Amino acid sequence: MNALHEFLLRTGDNCLILGHRVSEWCGHAPVLEEDIALANTALDLLGQTKLWLTYAAEVEGKGRSADDLAFLRDAWDFRNVLLTEVPNGDFGRTMMRQYLFDQYHLLMLQGLAQSSDETVRGIAAKAVKEVAYHVDRSRDTVVGLGDGTDESHRRMQEALDYLWPYVGEMFASDTVDAEMAEGGISPDPASLRDAWDAAVADTMAEATLALPDSRFHHKGGRDGRMHTEHLGHMLTQMQWLQRAYPGATW
Amino acid sequence: MSSVNPGALPQTESKAKPRNEWPLWEIFIRGQHGMSHRHVGSLHAPDAEMAIKNARDVYTRRNEGVSIWVVEARHIAATAPSQKGPIFEPSESKVYRHPTFFDIPDEVGHM
Repeated sequence: MNALHEFLLRTGDNCLILGHRVSEWCGHAPVLEEDIALANTALDLLGQTKLWLTYAAEVEGKGRSADDLAFLRDAWDFRNVLLTEVPNGDFGRTMMRQYLFDQYHLLMLQGLAQSSDETVRGIAAKAVKEVAYHVDRSRDTVVGLGDGTDESHRRMQEALDYLWPYVGEMFASDTVDAEMAEGGISPDPASLRDAWDAAVADTMAEATLALPDSRFHHKGGRDGRMHTEHLGHMLTQMQWLQRAYPGATW
Repeated sequence: MSSVNPGALPQTESKAKPRNEWPLWEIFIRGQHGMSHRHVGSLHAPDAEMAIKNARDVYTRRNEGVSIWVVEARHIAATAPSQKGPIFEPSESKVYRHPTFFDIPDEVGHM
C-alpha cells in the first residue's frame, strides 16, 4: 500500500462525498440565499476533490483519472470519514455536520499548507481560503440556530447529539497518518484534536448547545473497512450516469 | 419635500406579533475597477453580518467585487413616484447646466 496515495484518497474522498451531500440541497434549501450558498460550498469541495484525486491518480500510476476514481470505484474503495456520508437530515443537521467538518478541515489544510510535498502544499494553499469562509458561514449558522428559537435550538441539539459519535474518526490516526507525519507531508490528525475541541467548545457555548461528553466514535470510513449503509445509496445517484453510460462525456 | 418608503417594515420589537420573514437588505458592490459601490439587487438575511455573507454568495460568485455594502431596505428613504414631475421635470429645460457651450482649445486634448 502506497501511504501517499491512501492519504490523497482520504483527503479527496472527504471533499467528494461531503460535496455531493451538500449538492443534494440544490433547489431544496429553505431560502434562496442558503440554496446558493450551499451550492457554492458544494462546488468548492468538488473543485478541491478534482485537485486531490488528480494527484492521487498520478501517484497511483495506473493510468486512472480523477473521474475514474470518483465514478468507478465502489463503496469499499472510498476513504472518506463516515461523518461526510451520513444523510443530510434537516437543514440544521446539515449545517451542524458542515461546521464539525469545516473546523477540522480548516485545521488540516492549515497544516497541509506547510507540507513538504509541493503539490499538496499548492492544493492546500488554494483550498484553505475557501474553507476559511465555509467555517465562518457554518459557524454563524450553528450559533444563530442554536441560540435561536425553541424549535431551532432543539433541532441543533439533536443534530449535535446525532453527529457526535462520528467526530472521533476524523482524529483517529493510523499507520498511514504516521508515515505522512514522519515525512512532513501532513499533520497527524490526532494532533489537531485539542485545537478542534477548543474551537468547537467555544462555538457550542455561544450557540447555547451542550457538548456530549462521550468519546465513543464509529469508525471504518477512512480505512474503508466498513462504511455506513448510506454510502452505497448515495453512490447509486452520484455514479449513475457513468454506470449506465460508461465513458459518456459532455 | 415628501418622500416614501414603500418597503418600510415595522421594528420587530415594537409590534406584538414578530414577523416570520427575515428583513430585506439592499446590496451594493464595488467592482474590480469601479470607483463607487453600485446597487446590484436585494436579498433576505437575519442580520447585517449574514446579509454580507449572503451577498458574497449570491452576487460575487463570478468575481464581480472587491467590496460589499449592505443596508436594510427599510432604512432607505425614496422619492415618491407621484412627485416625479415637480422633482425631475424642472431640470429638463435647463440645458445650460450641461457644460457643452464651451470651446475647448485644441492644446487641452481629450477631456
